[in-house]
Amino acid sequence: MISSKTTFWGYRRENGRVGVRNHVLILPVDDLSNAAAEAVANNIKGAIAIPHPYGRLQFGADLDLHFRTLIGAGSNPNVAAVVVICIEQGWAKRVVDGIAKTGKPVTGFGIEQHGDHDTIMRASKVAKEYVQWASELQRVACPISDLWVSTKCGESDTTSGCGSNPTVGSAFDKLEPLGVTMCFGETTEITGGENIVADRCATPEVRNQFMAMFNRYQELIERHKVDDLSDSQPTKGNIEGGLTTIEEKALGNIQKIGKKCKVIGVLDKAETPTKPGLWFMDSSSAAAEMVTLLAAAGYVVHLFPTGQGNVIGNPILPVIKLSANPRTVRTMSEHIDYDCTGLLQREKNLDQTGNELLEVMLRTCNGRLTAAEALGHREFVLTRLYESA
Amino acid sequence: MIHILVHDKKDTVGVAVVEGIKAGQELVGWVMEDDSTIKVKAANDIPIGHKVATKAIKKDDTVIKYGFDIGRAVSDIKVGEHAHVHNIKTKRW
Repeated sequence: MISSKTTFWGYRRENGRVGVRNHVLILPVDDLSNAAAEAVANNIKGAIAIPHPYGRLQFGADLDLHFRTLIGAGSNPNVAAVVVICIEQGWAKRVVDGIAKTGKPVTGFGIEQHGDHDTIMRASKVAKEYVQWASELQRVACPISDLWVSTKCGESDTTSGCGSNPTVGSAFDKLEPLGVTMCFGETTEITGGENIVADRCATPEVRNQFMAMFNRYQELIERHKVDDLSDSQPTKGNIEGGLTTIEEKALGNIQKIGKKCKVIGVLDKAETPTKPGLWFMDSSSAAAEMVTLLAAAGYVVHLFPTGQGNVIGNPILPVIKLSANPRTVRTMSEHIDYDCTGLLQREKNLDQTGNELLEVMLRTCNGRLTAAEALGHREFVLTRLYESA
Repeated sequence: MIHILVHDKKDTVGVAVVEGIKAGQELVGWVMEDDSTIKVKAANDIPIGHKVATKAIKKDDTVIKYGFDIGRAVSDIKVGEHAHVHNIKTKRW
C-alpha cells in the first residue's frame, strides 16, 4: 500500500528533479540531422537517437513549441546527458543552452562546414564519454513526492471507461494527497464531459482557463471538419470496440482523474508544471503526440489505459499499459503491463486495482522495463500548430 | 458470471464484458452504482465491449450512460437490442 513513507529508486539530477531512467539522448534539432544522430546512436551502445520529421522553416508559436518540446525532452530527468545535432550551429546552441539550464552535460554540433562524417565522429566521441559517465550514476531512495506521473489513454473502448480508466483514477486519488505531480489532457476527448472537468477545477481562474482551452479546440474542429467527425472521434478502433459517440468516449476518458482529484492548473503544450497536484494539458488526443508533450513537460512515468490495444511507447517516458478488455489481454498480452479484467467480473474493486497498478508503477520506476520498452517502441512525435513558411 | 455492466441506475444501456453473447441469451447485468443485479434477454448477438439497451429507448430519446447524456437515439431501441452507431448519434460537432 502506498503512503507518504513510500520511496522508489531514482536518479537525482543536478537540478534536484528525479528520473527513473538514465538515457543518453542523441537529439536532432531538424529532419536533416536524423541521419547523423542515428549514426551516432548506432556507434555508441546505450545512446538513443530520437529522429523526427520537423524543424525547418517553422515560425512563431509553432517554432516556439518545437524548441520547447526538444529542450523539454532533453531536460527530462529520465535523461542523464544529451548530444544535440543540427544542420546549423546557431540553433544547436539554442537547444543546448536550454537544456544546460538543468545542469546536466550537453554538447551541440552543427553539420554545416563539417559534413556528416566529421560530425558523426566528433559527436560519437562525446556520446561515448557521456554513456560511460552515466553508467556509473547510482539510483538513490527518493520520496514518492519526487515522482511526476502522467496519463493518457488510447484505442479506448467501453472497457476503458468501465475498468482501466477508473483504475488510473483510483491510483491518482491515492497519489494526490502524497504530493505527486500529475497530468491529464486530450482536450477534444473531454467533449461531453467538459462540465464535469470544469467542476473539478480548484479555483474559478483555473476553470476559466480550462474552458478557454476547451472552447478554442472546439472552434478549431468546427473550422476544419468536413463531417460530424464520426470517423475520427470516436476512431474506427473505438467504434469497433463499442464506443458510439464522442460524449460516451469523453465520459469514459475522464474516469482517469478519479473521484477526488482537483485540477490545480492548466498547461500549454509541453509546458512544465510549477507545483504538485493534478494539471490539465491542452493537447491532442493522438497518443504519441500527447505522450511526447508530457515527456517534454518533465513527467517521468506514464499510465496508459487501453481497450482495443494501442501499442505506443516513448523513448524518454516509460509507458505502462493496462487493459480491462479480456480479448485484448489474451490476443495482445505482450503489450500489457497490468491486467485489470477482474474488475469487470466483480472479482476485484477499484481500490484493489488502483493499488496493484501503483505497485506495477513503482516496480517500473525502480527499473523494470515496460512492455513497450522491451518491444522497442520509441514513438517521438512532435506536435505542429500550422504550415511551415 | 457477469455478462453486462451498467454504471449508473439511470443508465439506459449496459456494456457487454464477455465475448460471444448470442441472440436469445439471458444476460446477467451488474449495476455498479448500487451493486445490484439486473437480467436482460439479448435480442441480437452482442460483441464484447458493445452496448445493449437495458431500458426501452424511443427515437429521439437521450441515451444515458454513466448517468449522463451520451447522444440521441435515431430509432426506437428495444430492451436487449444492440445499441451502437446504427441507432445512436452524437449531439456534438
